[in-house]
Amino acid sequence: MIEARELSKIFRDKKRGEIRAVDRVSFTCTPGEIYGLLGANGAGKTTTLRMLATILSPTSGTAIVAGYDVVREPEKVRANIGFLSTATALYDRLTAFETVEYFGQLYGLDARIIEQRADELFKALDMEDFRDRRCAKLSTGMKQKVSIARTLIHNPSVMIFDEPTIGLDVMAARSIIDFIRQCRNRGKTVIFSTHVMTEVEKLCDRIGIIHGGQLRAEGTLEEMRDRYRKESLEEVFVEVSGDGQ
Amino acid sequence: MNLRNSLVVYRKELRDMLRDKRTIRSMAVMPLVAFPLLFLIIGYVGATFSGEAKTEIAPVMIRGGGDSPKILAALHHLSGIRVVPYRDDATEEVSDKKIRAVVDIPPGFDAAIGSGQPKKISIGYFENNDKSEEAESKLEKFFDKYRDQVVSAELTARGLPPNLIDPFTVKSKNVAPPSKVGAALFGGWIPYLIIIFSFTGATYPAMDLTAGEKERGTMETILSSPVSRTDIVMGKFLTVVTASVVTAILSLISMGASFAWAKPKLMAAAHATFQMSIEPSTVAVVVVMLLPLAILFASALLAVSLLAKSFREAQTYVGPMSFIVIAPAIIGAFPGVELNWKTALVPILNTSLVSKEIIGGSYPWLYIAAIFGMTCLYAGIAIGCAVRMFNREDVLFRT
Repeated sequence: MIEARELSKIFRDKKRGEIRAVDRVSFTCTPGEIYGLLGANGAGKTTTLRMLATILSPTSGTAIVAGYDVVREPEKVRANIGFLSTATALYDRLTAFETVEYFGQLYGLDARIIEQRADELFKALDMEDFRDRRCAKLSTGMKQKVSIARTLIHNPSVMIFDEPTIGLDVMAARSIIDFIRQCRNRGKTVIFSTHVMTEVEKLCDRIGIIHGGQLRAEGTLEEMRDRYRKESLEEVFVEVSGDGQ
Repeated sequence: MNLRNSLVVYRKELRDMLRDKRTIRSMAVMPLVAFPLLFLIIGYVGATFSGEAKTEIAPVMIRGGGDSPKILAALHHLSGIRVVPYRDDATEEVSDKKIRAVVDIPPGFDAAIGSGQPKKISIGYFENNDKSEEAESKLEKFFDKYRDQVVSAELTARGLPPNLIDPFTVKSKNVAPPSKVGAALFGGWIPYLIIIFSFTGATYPAMDLTAGEKERGTMETILSSPVSRTDIVMGKFLTVVTASVVTAILSLISMGASFAWAKPKLMAAAHATFQMSIEPSTVAVVVVMLLPLAILFASALLAVSLLAKSFREAQTYVGPMSFIVIAPAIIGAFPGVELNWKTALVPILNTSLVSKEIIGGSYPWLYIAAIFGMTCLYAGIAIGCAVRMFNREDVLFRT
């Protein structure tokens, strides 16, 4: 479960002064649900997700993720989430297995459990052929699979995806989308940020449109279309994001 | 801080580092191959030139002396010099290194000696030119000996004992063990080299594990793990210290081995004798003294490199840092610079000077304790800075 409560983040820049990247954002995402955070570049999606993953700390407000407070218990939050984004790269000089093993160790798992979980994941994701190949030598799709295995090694209850398909080819993007769907089917709480409308339409149970750091609209796809009397999500997005500009 | 987590990060970073060719180059190949080779080439060339100066038959011109056949004949028979015909541009010939010296013999020199009237001989040479100085030294010794012979003959002719003018002699002799004499001359360069290698060994990994990680996008990956930032930076710090210490030790072993191998050849080429022996226990104490310095370098380099967004940017920050390290290290290597309470306060210089004392066979325990403690304190402050930097969002996510 994810419950964001008035999350805000202010960055201070010497030239530009105070930048309110996220402004009192509140929403809830329940287990077995995919929540899509939709927004243009610079809308505040990445900052919001980084705060949920405790990579950044909120300036004000808080969030409860997997039962833990992001401000007071950040390490417990991180121990119960899987965070995947295009910014979370892999170590080129480690093999696929060593990468997964390393993260298993960071999550405090025993060697035996790591071995067992890694075997299951490598089989499920069809990664056995490149298990001992260094990440530098892997294709983009293979790397994505290693990243997925890395986020799942500790079997987290909450998954956070920050624009996970950006820069990927169709096949690699498709495997990520399938994987996100599987996470929901296994009862995990999933939050997913993107600016690709079709991904949101295909995947998300509920959508939040973020613009200028504020959550401007929230609901299911149907609710959004009805509320704004638009045929497509894209039109809804333009209406909501254009508002107030 | 959780030591288990830091060790997990440390093991991974170590494995990663040992697979990186650039780190291996800076940590092992440079000290083991390139630097000893450089040291040997420079040493051998220097020794050869110095040996050449000693063995050269120096061309010398003599101005005047036409009315003094005795001194001229003696000069022509002097071994180690070759009298060449005099030219009016003799001084320029010395400056142009075509001849090594020019001797001015005043008119009526031989006659003046017989009548007891003092005359002045002057030798023109090229200061700081090894070969010219060597020729000047031979000539000066010759004239000293010639004067003694003249005085002795005069005394004998007057029925006086030849040693009347020399009622006693003064002889200076070195009482310090030859190994200490060697250490006093070259001992300063050993800590200098260890300091430099310790710094260069830490440089590449420190930049790679911070700015390099930011650039490659793996920083956010590790930050998403449940391990605290302090544990992560401590794991990285241990890796950089390991690289620093290993580089310093490898360079020390390699230099020791190269020197032992090359010493007889160098001494033979330079026609010199030189003794220097360093006990393994001395080396161990010096390494212990340098350990907090390696820690200081590792944490300072980590803190500075963290500010950069890319490896290239980190290089621009670390470049000026090397001057800050090299300057006190090189000052400490000079034979005249000695340890006192003023120099003991200057970081790096103090370790360099106290290590020089230790290599020279003295153990000033009060200084050793004070400098070790002070460097530990500086290292502790630097570790604190690195940890603080790693916990700052504006540093980790600088855009």
